[in-house]
Amino acid sequence: MATHHEQDFNTAGEVPKPQTKAIWRTFIILVALTAVEFIFAFTMEASTVRNSIFIILTIFKAFYIVGEFMHLKHESKVLIWSILLPMALVTWLMVALIAEGSYYFESITNYFK
Amino acid sequence: MSTSTTLEAPNTGTWDGGNEPLKASYGKLMMWFFLLSDAFTFGAFLIVYGLSRHSNLAYTGKAEDFTFSTEWWPIPEKVFNAFPGLHGMDLPLAFVALMTMILILSSVTMVLAVEAGHRMDKNDVQKWLLWTILFGATFLGCQAWEWSHFIAGDGVGLQLADGTTIMGANLTMNQYGPPLFADLFFFITGFHGTHVFTGWIMLVMIFINTVNGVYHRRGHYEMVEKVGLYWHFVDLVWVFVFTFFYLI
Repeated sequence: MATHHEQDFNTAGEVPKPQTKAIWRTFIILVALTAVEFIFAFTMEASTVRNSIFIILTIFKAFYIVGEFMHLKHESKVLIWSILLPMALVTWLMVALIAEGSYYFESITNYFK
Repeated sequence: MSTSTTLEAPNTGTWDGGNEPLKASYGKLMMWFFLLSDAFTFGAFLIVYGLSRHSNLAYTGKAEDFTFSTEWWPIPEKVFNAFPGLHGMDLPLAFVALMTMILILSSVTMVLAVEAGHRMDKNDVQKWLLWTILFGATFLGCQAWEWSHFIAGDGVGLQLADGTTIMGANLTMNQYGPPLFADLFFFITGFHGTHVFTGWIMLVMIFINTVNGVYHRRGHYEMVEKVGLYWHFVDLVWVFVFTFFYLI
């Protein structure tokens, strides 16, 4: 079967035209999101609101990279969930441990006061 | 005496291994689950970064009056404000922006190579792989510069109370802030850089195979897809490192 394929591809000189519209569209979205991040970085004072904007934009970028470039959006539902669910748990760990860090800092500084 | 039986027809029943519930090849699935485990590792690094940052004093004054001190965590854009060839100028995050652009571009050329592979277009696969290799090497070069600048310091250093000056950074002290800041910079960007380098070697390998026509004879370019998955993951990690290390 393999040799059959080989002949197919070698004799058929016709190569289909590239379908790259969606790829370049994703690229433009990624560049635009990064540009928006920079605008916020230079025009806004550091705050929780600014950090939230950064994180939301980052999640959007991750969605386009994983969904379009890595093609996960077009895979089967089981595969999508088996990747996303563990990541959701890791995200929770991050939130929990950042809160833990703040608590540690406060208790240490108040203890020595 | 042999007790094995010979199958006359392939197993196709639901529990006979004859179906493909995830509708993806073995190799691609294993790459996905490897990347998931790798995401845990990078997640752990970023979690430690968040934990360390919150258990250290944050700088509370005005951003314009910011000075480096081992007392508080530095503002990243005050640390990463240098650009090669423009010595002494304050260009916050400009070089990181360039690196981000290079890596996103390399991701695009990678996905174009995968697309060309679907069409069995050997010349296009070669062309786009070569661009990806070029951007990957440029990114690694940029990171090498960033590291050497971070290690060497800005030439002014940090004056301590006992009169000594810290120049640049190493694992035990640095001029930018608490020792953990430099440690986490080395570990997070270093681990990411190692991934880029590994991916770059794989890119060179599949480029050589493509040129030699290995995948064309095989009848599909799935190996390009698998390395592509890895390469996009490296880009994805950089998106997160960029936000959590450089922006916030």
